[in-house]
Amino acid sequence: MIEIDQLTKRFGETTAVDSVSMTVETGTITVIVGTSGSGKSTLMRMINRLEEPTSGQVRINGEATGTMTPHLLRRRIGYAIQGHGLFPHHTVARNIGAVPRLLGWPKAQIAERVDELLTLFSMAPDAFRDRYPGDLSGGQQQRVGVARALASRPDVMLMDEPFGALDPIIRHRAQEDLARIQRQLGSTIILVTHDMEEAIRLGDRVAVMDKGKLVQYARPSEIIANPASTFVREMLGDEDRPLRQLSLMHVSDLIEAGDADGVAIDADASLREALSACLWSGRDALPVAQGGRITLDAIRAQAEQPA
Amino acid sequence: MRAVSPPGLVFAIVGGALLCVPFMTLAANRIVAGHGVMVWALGYWPALMGMIAALGAGLSPRPTLRLFAGALGLACITAQVSQGADLLLADAGDYARTSPAAGFWGLLAVFSLLIADALTQLHPRPLLRAGLLIVALAALAVVFWSGLLGDLSIAQEYVSRARQFWTALAQHLQLALGSLAVAVVIGFPLGVLCHRRGGLRRAMLPMLSFLQTIPSLAMFGIMIPLLAWVATTVPGAREIGIAGIGFAPAFVALVLYSLLPVVGNTVAGLDAVPPATSDAARGMGLSATQQLWQVELPLGLPVLLTGVRIVMVQNIGLAVIAGLIGGGGFGSFVFQGLNQTATDLILLGALPTVLLALVAAVLMDILVDLARPVSETAR
Amino acid sequence: MKSGLILRPFLVVLLLAMVLRPVWFTPLLAPLAPENGPVIYERASLWSLTISHLGLVLAASLSATVVAVGLAVFVTRPIGAAFLPLSRTVTNIGQTFPPVAVLALAVPALGFGAGPTLVALFLYGLLPIFDNAVTGLRTLPPVTMDAARGIGLSPSQRLRTVELPLALPVILTGVRLSVVIALGTATIGSTVAARTLGEVIIAGLLTNNTAFVVQGGVITGLLALLIHDGLVLLEKRLSA
Repeated sequence: MIEIDQLTKRFGETTAVDSVSMTVETGTITVIVGTSGSGKSTLMRMINRLEEPTSGQVRINGEATGTMTPHLLRRRIGYAIQGHGLFPHHTVARNIGAVPRLLGWPKAQIAERVDELLTLFSMAPDAFRDRYPGDLSGGQQQRVGVARALASRPDVMLMDEPFGALDPIIRHRAQEDLARIQRQLGSTIILVTHDMEEAIRLGDRVAVMDKGKLVQYARPSEIIANPASTFVREMLGDEDRPLRQLSLMHVSDLIEAGDADGVAIDADASLREALSACLWSGRDALPVAQGGRITLDAIRAQAEQPA
Repeated sequence: MRAVSPPGLVFAIVGGALLCVPFMTLAANRIVAGHGVMVWALGYWPALMGMIAALGAGLSPRPTLRLFAGALGLACITAQVSQGADLLLADAGDYARTSPAAGFWGLLAVFSLLIADALTQLHPRPLLRAGLLIVALAALAVVFWSGLLGDLSIAQEYVSRARQFWTALAQHLQLALGSLAVAVVIGFPLGVLCHRRGGLRRAMLPMLSFLQTIPSLAMFGIMIPLLAWVATTVPGAREIGIAGIGFAPAFVALVLYSLLPVVGNTVAGLDAVPPATSDAARGMGLSATQQLWQVELPLGLPVLLTGVRIVMVQNIGLAVIAGLIGGGGFGSFVFQGLNQTATDLILLGALPTVLLALVAAVLMDILVDLARPVSETAR
Repeated sequence: MKSGLILRPFLVVLLLAMVLRPVWFTPLLAPLAPENGPVIYERASLWSLTISHLGLVLAASLSATVVAVGLAVFVTRPIGAAFLPLSRTVTNIGQTFPPVAVLALAVPALGFGAGPTLVALFLYGLLPIFDNAVTGLRTLPPVTMDAARGIGLSPSQRLRTVELPLALPVILTGVRLSVVIALGTATIGSTVAARTLGEVIIAGLLTNNTAFVVQGGVITGLLALLIHDGLVLLEKRLSA
């Protein structure tokens, strides 16, 4: 558990982060979202003390971070950033093994961990271990960057716009990978982004920052249903709200008895995907692969503005 | 690909013209001006034919062929000058001196450039370049020790000063490389500090660039009273060889000149680390020292070494000026030669200096290339 | 910057005083001169040496600028492109030649006097200007070049109205490097009997008269600093 307590950061006259308090549960993904200059990166960088707080405290599992040696604290916390920040002069294996090496793990254990992570990220260890970051594609570099952050099984992982430099299709895959790996490993992740779509898709909880203040901290469904301010509403984009809402729900929630024609849809798909399929193929109902059907009317009812 | 290499065409035209100016001179003694002798008057046909063939082969668009053409050309002008010296001195007086003339020097330049141009196109890997450098130096050593050119006037100057020559070489290297070493020992930590503290950088770099601006002779001159003052006031300074004239002021002046490239390139090299990389390094918990040695230094090494290259080449040249203030080195030959208007003595000082500078430049370029991250050189 | 406002005029006045009224400095320099020896260099007027020194540098640098920029334009056009790699190689090799050695090597070819100095200054001055001009002309923003072609400028119009003006700051940096080297090398030119301020320093070295050495050293040093400074200001103004 990470407790952020009245955390404030001032740069001269400007207050970048203004008395933010929030608690992050172990084993969840928390997404901090905001526009540029909202203080979201500064808030995150105070957790591993890349920025020193002006006042306030961060506690990891009850232990205040302010008393630890900064670079030792950072070795316990995974860190992945936009543009990956890989060491261009080190091989993939050496990049991933960087923190375990700092922590003095035995060589064999590091090698084993590197292969394990490469496999986890669908990169064949034999093919990638000895290559240099410059030889990899953008998506591969980004995966190595995330693998490096996970290498020492850190208490927490901080990710600053980790997918910011990727094109939309690769970004989508990377997000799915991250969600899968997080479920598999049960890691605690704090991720910063300016993309509300990404926040809603990935976050167990979403923290919305505006001008240094935490304006809303809640589950994604709650944020869509009850935006706390006009700013949050703008971030959501009014015209996209029904679609965002649908993207959080699954076909399995609305299955009803009956038949329908055409290609079936999976029960795990989101309602948004089901809506797309209806519109695209001009059908009023879709068969569900696991049995039953889902109707356009039922989906539409879910997308209506809550009373 | 073209039928003819355009630079090769220029080399052929210029080379052809150079065959029509005096190739060697013959003088009655070492001071008086000589008269020119044309290459065909030397009557050594194989070498002349070789030169013409080399200029012709230099037209080829294939760089490998041009490389060999250049080497053939160099071999031919060397053989020609060696044979020519025998011929010219055979029935001249005891004090007669013979030297290469404009034709030789021009063709030397043409064939060297032919080789350089071919190498630029072939772009050999660093280790291959090192091999080529060794071959070239070995060839030079063979020509030197075999006495092939022993009859030339410059060789006569060398023979009468052999011991001084090697002392001058040692002094020259001590001045140029010793000052470089001191500059690195001072400048590298200074550069690291400047990289970390913006205030120090803003104060330090302009100051060092001002130092660099001062004309070398003025800098050497101003060092004389300064060091004389140190020698008389600081106890023990005189015992360790500090004096107003000679080696010490030259050495100090060279160190001062070296600081800007060393400090400037250290800062530039450390700055060259991508911001995301240094942020990640900090974020994953590298201490400041670990960041310096594991990330900043390896990544900045090529730029840093470029600074060392600049200083090395610059100091080899500037060390010549030490000859004016009794600091030794090849400069003493140059300035003695200028005083006595003895051309060959000037050459005896200037040619080795140029050679040293060239070798240093090639060597350092190889090191700079080797220091580049693997993934970069792979492309 | 503020310190520059006071320092600059002060250094200019100091330089002028040292050149025009050297006698004023007699009390300062006297302790450095040998006993009963001359304190102030009087074999030639410092003013005429300064003018001759600057004249050499100016003549060499101006002609080097014209020739080097012309060559750089040539090798960056399609017609001269085949010579670009060679010209870069020559520049690289040429810059490893020590300026003093170039000067010394010019003597056997041209004899003593201002001639070899001028030629050495000119030849050596070509290199940094050419180097920078080529860099400047080859690293223009591609978008701008594309736009210049797109709006229908002819190749010569592009050169005159877009390429050269944009490359100017980089070219000027080359000119500054070249001028500073020329000022220094001209000083050494007095060893081959060119009339330059180096004469004062050399005279001091030959007669063990430190007063002369300091006099010549400070004047040439100030001259180089001020010229360097002026050219830096010019570059800043042009690139702003």
